[in-house]
Parts: sequence; C-alpha cells; structure tokens
Amino acid sequence: MSASGAAAGDELPPLQVHLTRADLVRYAGASGDLNPIHWSDRVATGAGLPGVIAHGMLTMALAGRLLTSWTGDPSSVRSYGTRFTRPVVVPDDDTGALVELSGKVSDVRDDDGVRIATVDLAARFDGKTVLGRARAEVVLPS
Amino acid sequence: MPDASWVGRALEPASPYQVGREKIREFAAAIGDDSAVSNDVEAARAAGHRDLVAPPTFTVCFTMPVIEAFLRDPAFDWDYTRMVHGDQRIAFTRPIVAGDELTTVVHVDELRTRASNHMLTLRCEVADADGEPVATTHALLVTQAGEAAE
Repeated sequence: MSASGAAAGDELPPLQVHLTRADLVRYAGASGDLNPIHWSDRVATGAGLPGVIAHGMLTMALAGRLLTSWTGDPSSVRSYGTRFTRPVVVPDDDTGALVELSGKVSDVRDDDGVRIATVDLAARFDGKTVLGRARAEVVLPS
Repeated sequence: MPDASWVGRALEPASPYQVGREKIREFAAAIGDDSAVSNDVEAARAAGHRDLVAPPTFTVCFTMPVIEAFLRDPAFDWDYTRMVHGDQRIAFTRPIVAGDELTTVVHVDELRTRASNHMLTLRCEVADADGEPVATTHALLVTQAGEAAE
C-alpha cells in the first residue's frame, strides 16, 4: 500500500527487529545516551530492572522506521510522540529481543492543500505492548 | 527532593550543535533506517533538501546531553541513576538537515510528585542559526521519590 493514496484504516507494512546487545551499544554511541542500564547487567538489576533494557528512544526510532520507509522521506514526519509503558529486556545472546512494529492510519486530512495522515503505531515485545499512545502526523507524498 | 523553584524557568541556551552528515548516517545506521535522503546527498538534493535529512528521533542526539547536564547538576537534586523515560514528543517546524547549527533551550515545564515518583516535564525549544524555530520536544522523566540507595 503506497503512502500517496493513503486512507483511514490502511495498515503500514509491519516490521520485525531482533535487538541485540550490540544494537544497544551502537545506539548508545550514536545517540550519546550512555546510561549503563542499557549495557550493564549489574547496574540494570541494581536499579530493579529484570536485566539490560533497550533505550526507549530506540524502540521509538524503530517504530518511526515504519513512517520513513512508508513515505520514503523522514522530513514527512511533522510530529511524533509516545509513552514508554514497558521495558524491552535484551538478553546477552545472539538472538536478542524480538520487537514487532505495526502502524495504522487513523485519519487523513487536507491542510491547505497538503494531505496529512495521522498514524497510530504499536510496538510489541514478548507479546505485550511497549509503546503507549504512539502517534505521528505525516505529510503524504503527492 | 528536586528543587521545585526551577519550574517555569528556562535554562541558559546550550552551545550550538553542528548537525554533521556522518552523524546523521551513523544515527540512521544505529536505528536501521536506510532512507536514501538520510544517507545519500545526491538523493537528498534530488528530493529538494539542502543536505542529508535526519531521522525524526535524531533530536535526542543534541537535546539529551543538555537535559543530562541539568539533571546531573547537584543544584537540582535529581536522582539520575534511577531515572526512566516516561514519554517523549517531537514536533517539527521544519526538518533537520546536515549543516544546521542548532541551539537548544530547555524549559522546566512541570514537576509533580505522585505516589513514589517524581515526574518532570522538560521542553526543548530548538532553533537554527538565524533564530528560526526548528523543533519542539517534550520529555517526561520519572525517578523514584524517597531516599536513594547510597
């Protein structure tokens, strides 16, 4: 389904990502978020977490990929927000944590000749939602 | 106990952040975003952009260090080691592209203490070298109230 002809109810192409510890280290370096709960079991469990967890902003970014690959251009995203409702726990193995991302168009409106879609995004880990009220406004290609 | 007298205040503007091509490519690779306009300058220009376009959540690269510096300042008395991210919003006036020189001003919008948590809402107003608005971000940050483990 192309973004240009998007209508309410359309589903975006879904995405599955296996997040490994290496992915977290790379994201830590790229983003500058070096909080050790994202790479140290000792610190993560000491903080009461079940283990090393993914950066919430990384999960948000993965869901954001649905938008940018759908429209083909990150500049199409006018706004994007989410709650972080559950942690994605990333084991120290070669498989990592499976995060399943999906999105659905809830509204398309015309704003001064520009078509804007509201997209509700979802991210699931271990069968449970990890992002809450994840929603973006995206300018549709003409 | 975080110092509530900060609420309603804006911090001094952070030093300008230079958005680099390689940083955009590095960030895009780290999140697995292979959009041509974030990686290939020719593709970005063909699409009408001045240079490489940053992925939407790239704002974290230059807003979080400013936020972290504030939250680690003992004057605010925030338990950074137990902090979790509650929510995040990003709104763009225009896209961020390589070559931008961005200045971030952090506003302390709200501080609430409910049950056993302190909840802090910080707003970042991001402007370019001409002082024109580029983006506004909101972050809700949560840390445990009560005595920290020493």
